[in-house]
Amino acid sequence: MAQVSMTVNGKAASGEVEGRTLLSSFLRDQLMLTGTHVGCDTSQCGACVVHVDGQAVKSCTMLAVEAEGADVATIEGQANADGSLNVIQQAFQDHHGLQCGFCTPGMVMSAAALLKDNPKPTETEVREYLEGNICRCTGYHNIVKAIMAASGQDVSAIAAE
Amino acid sequence: MPKDGGIGASSKRREDVRFLTGAGNYTDDINIRGQAYVHFLRSDIAHGTIKSIDTAAAAGMPGVVRIFTGSDFEGVGGMPCGWQVTDRHGQPMQEPAHPILAQGKVRHVGEPVAAVVADTAEQARDAAEAIVLDIDELPAVVDMKAALESGATKVHDDLNDNLCYDWGFVEENKDAVNKAFDDAAHVTSLELVNNRLVANPMEPRVAVGDYAKGTDDSTLYTTSQNPHVIRLLMGAFVLGIPEHKLRVVAPDVGGGFGTKIFHYQEEAFCTFAAKACNRPVKWTSSRSEAFISDAHGRDHVTKIELALDKDNNFTAIRTETHANMGAYLSTFAPSVPTWLHGTLMAGNYKTPLIYVNVKAVFTNTVPVDAYRGAGRPEATFQLERVVDKAARELGVDPIALRRQNFITEFPYATPVAVEYDTGDYHGTMDKLEEMGDFAGFAARRAESEKNGKLRGLGVNCYIEACGIAPSNLVGQLGARAGLYESATVRVNATGGLVVMTGSHSHGQGHETSFAQVVAEMIGIDESMVEIVHGDTANTPMGMGTYGSRSIAVGGSAMVRATEKIINKAKKIASHLLEASEADIELKDGAFSVAGTDKSVAWGDVTLAAYVPHNYPLEDIEPGLEETAFYDPANFTYPSGAYACEVEVDPDTGKVSIERFAAADDFGNIINPMIVTGQVHGGIAQGIGQALLENCAYDENGQLLSASYMDYAMPRADDLPMFAVDHSSQTPCTHNPLGVKGCGEAGAIGSPPAVVNAVVDALQSAGKDVTHIDMPLSPDRVWTAMNG
Repeated sequence: MAQVSMTVNGKAASGEVEGRTLLSSFLRDQLMLTGTHVGCDTSQCGACVVHVDGQAVKSCTMLAVEAEGADVATIEGQANADGSLNVIQQAFQDHHGLQCGFCTPGMVMSAAALLKDNPKPTETEVREYLEGNICRCTGYHNIVKAIMAASGQDVSAIAAE
Repeated sequence: MPKDGGIGASSKRREDVRFLTGAGNYTDDINIRGQAYVHFLRSDIAHGTIKSIDTAAAAGMPGVVRIFTGSDFEGVGGMPCGWQVTDRHGQPMQEPAHPILAQGKVRHVGEPVAAVVADTAEQARDAAEAIVLDIDELPAVVDMKAALESGATKVHDDLNDNLCYDWGFVEENKDAVNKAFDDAAHVTSLELVNNRLVANPMEPRVAVGDYAKGTDDSTLYTTSQNPHVIRLLMGAFVLGIPEHKLRVVAPDVGGGFGTKIFHYQEEAFCTFAAKACNRPVKWTSSRSEAFISDAHGRDHVTKIELALDKDNNFTAIRTETHANMGAYLSTFAPSVPTWLHGTLMAGNYKTPLIYVNVKAVFTNTVPVDAYRGAGRPEATFQLERVVDKAARELGVDPIALRRQNFITEFPYATPVAVEYDTGDYHGTMDKLEEMGDFAGFAARRAESEKNGKLRGLGVNCYIEACGIAPSNLVGQLGARAGLYESATVRVNATGGLVVMTGSHSHGQGHETSFAQVVAEMIGIDESMVEIVHGDTANTPMGMGTYGSRSIAVGGSAMVRATEKIINKAKKIASHLLEASEADIELKDGAFSVAGTDKSVAWGDVTLAAYVPHNYPLEDIEPGLEETAFYDPANFTYPSGAYACEVEVDPDTGKVSIERFAAADDFGNIINPMIVTGQVHGGIAQGIGQALLENCAYDENGQLLSASYMDYAMPRADDLPMFAVDHSSQTPCTHNPLGVKGCGEAGAIGSPPAVVNAVVDALQSAGKDVTHIDMPLSPDRVWTAMNG
C-alpha cells in the first residue's frame, strides 16, 4: 500500500492505495467523487475523463500513485462558485446534449479541454476531438451543437430544436 | 410561437442538472456499509462438459468470504422465460433450463461457472483466477443452418434438437400466398443477414444485493429498465421470495436500449448471496464482461420474396428467417422474431397476402433478445431492401413504387393480425422529399464524382408497433405477463404533486416530459410536479420502459390518475364554492363556477383535502391521492420516411454519410426537444448497425469483437448532423394523449436507408451490386465492387 496526496477540485485529498489502484477508482471509491464514470476497460469510452494538471486524462488509464502531487479537476468541481452550471454545462442542458447522463461527465471535461486549446472549433474539429468519448444516446448531434454554442458560436443554423 | 411550458413545449430537462454536475445516483454509485464484492468466473470456451471445479486454493486467498458454484443452486429456480411461442404445428417451443451458475455443462463463452465473494473487488478477482476449472470441450454450434442439420451437436442434451420453434404466420394464408407467387408478373427475392449487435449502453450492468436479517427483507439495486418485472420474475420464479419481502430499486440508469429489460443471473446471484453471506454483495460488470453476458440483439438470416402484378402492385410477401436465440432463452427472446417481427411485415403497404416463417435456433453463443426496435428493425430492413431491389429490377422510381403501394385508408387491418389506427405515409414522404432536397441530388452527385467519389441516395419507409401492449391480446400470443402501466398521483396539502409511475427513465427524460403533461392538465407550473420512478417500494406495480411504451401506456395511466384527482378536486371545490359540481371549471390552476366570478385556487382545494374542516366528509374521503392502471386497447403505429445520402470512396470502399433526413409521424408530441433527441440517438444506432457494428463469432464460438477495440461503436466523427422533422402528426385514436412513441423509430428506419444509398452509389458507377450485408465496412464494399 502507498500513501498518495493530491489536490482535487481545489481541495487537498489523500488516501492509502494499492500500487494497482487506478485514479478513477481512487476518485470514486475513496474520495466518493462518483461523478467520474467508468464505461469500459480498454480506455476507449472516455466516461472517466478528468483533468490532471490542466490536461484531459482518462482516469481509468492512470494509476492513483501517478497523480501524486497533481492538481486534479473532476466534474464535481466544474459548476460556477454559486453552484450554477458553467457555460459548457449550461450549453449541454440548453441544447439537450445529454440523455442518460453516463458519458456526460467525460464529455463535459473533454469539451472544457478542447475549448481551452481551441476556443472556436469547427464542427469537424469538435467531432475529431470527441473521438475518444463514446455516447450511445445522443448520436452526438446535440453534443457537438452544445460545445459549439459554449464556444460562443451561432448554432441556430444547425438542424433541430 | 413555441410554448414555454406544458404539452408541446421544449422544456429543458430537470434531470440534466444532476447529471451535469456529477450528482447522479447510478447503481455503481451505491455502496452499502459492510458490502462484499463478487467476481464471476466465466467460461472461456463455448461448449463443454464441466469435469471439475477446484476452489480449494482460491478459498484460502485473502479476503475471500465464500465461493459459489452451480451445486449451490440445486433446488433454486433457473432463469425464467417470459414468453412462450407456439409453433406452426400447435406445439409449444422447446424451453431449456437456464441455471444461475452453470450446471454440468457450459454453453457459451461468458456463461458464469463460479462466483467468488470477497472483501474487495480485487480480492474477488484474484481468487477467481486461482480456481481450477476442468472442462471437456465439445464441438461448438455457431452457424444456425448447420445447427439444424440432422446429427448436429445439440446445445441442450435434453431437447430434441437445436430448433426452439418453427413458427408460421399466418399459417392459414400459406397456400394463398404461394398461389399469389405462382400468379405474379414479377418476383423479387433477396437473401440477407440482419447482423448481430450488442446494445452497449454506456453504463455497464451493476447489481447490489442487500439482506436485512432482522426483518427477512431483501433489496436489489440494479441497472434495470423495469424493476417490478425483475421483482416478479426473480421473487416468484427464481429465489422464491414473496414480493412483499423483496424490493427492487433501479435508480439513475445509464441507458438501456432493451438490454436492461431482462432478468439476469447476476441479479439473482447478488440477492441470493447477500442472504447466504449475510452481507451486501455488489457486482459491477466490466465492459469485457458486458460483451459476453449482456443479451445481444438482432442476428437474423432471412430470405424475403416480393410478388408484384403487371401494374407493380404488391400482391404477396413470403419470408423465411432463421433467428438466433443463443444458448439459452433470455427473458423475452422468443417474442422478438415472432410477434414483434411477423406482425410488422406489411410495413406501409397494402400487400394483401403475407406469410412469415421463423425458425428460432439454439447455438453456443450469448443469448439474444430485444435491442432497440426488437423485431421491427429486422422486419423493416428486409421489406425496405426488397422493395428497393424490386424498383431497380423493374426500372421504376423507388419512391414512386412505394407511394403506389402505400396504405391510405385508416383504420387498416393488415393480413398479419394488426390494425393500424392512423397514419399518413404520403404526408411523411412529402415532408422527406422537401427536407432531403432530392431535386438537388443530381448536382451533388456530379460534385462528388468530380472529387472521385460515388454518391448514392437511399430512401425507405417504416412502420412500427409501439405502446406495448394490450394484455389480453399478448396473453393469447404467449406472453406470461400483462403489459399495462400504472401511476399514482399524490397531491400534497400545499398543492405540489408527486407522480409515482411504473415507467422507468434511463435517458428518456420522463422526469421532465411527464411533469409537463400533469402541469398542463391542472394548469400549474411544471416545477410543482415531481416524477418518481424506479423503486418498487414507492411506485405501483408497473411493467417498465421498452417498446416505446412510456408515454403511450405509462403516460396514459398518469392521465387517468390525474383525471381522477381533478374529478375529486372539483367535488371539493364545489363544496367550497357552494355550487353544483357540474358548473365547476378548472383553468390555470383555479376552480371557478361557470358564468360567475367565484373561484378557489388549486392550493386552497388541496389544503381542504388534508385539513377537512370545511369539507363534504359525508360524501368523499379526505386526502387527494389516486391510482390508475391503463391497459392499452391497441398498439400505436408511428411511421415515417427516411433518406440517406452517402459518398463511397471507390479506392477504399469507405462509406461516409453526407446527409441524413428523417420525417416521422409520432402523433402528438409532448416535448419536441426530447423527441428530436430520441430520433438522433436511434439514427446513430441504425447507422452503427449499417456501417460499423458487428458481433463476429469464430467457428469455435469465440466472440472476436468483445471490446471497444474490436466492436466498432459509432463515434462523433462517423456521423453527420441529422435533419429531423415530426410535424406530420396523425394522433393515435385510442389513448388519451394521442401519442404514439418515438424511442425506437430512428433505429428502425435508418439501416435500410443507408444500404439503399450505398447500392445506389455503386449502381451509379455501373457496378452490378444489388445487396451488401451489414455492416458495410470498407472491406465488404470494396469486395462487392471488385469481387
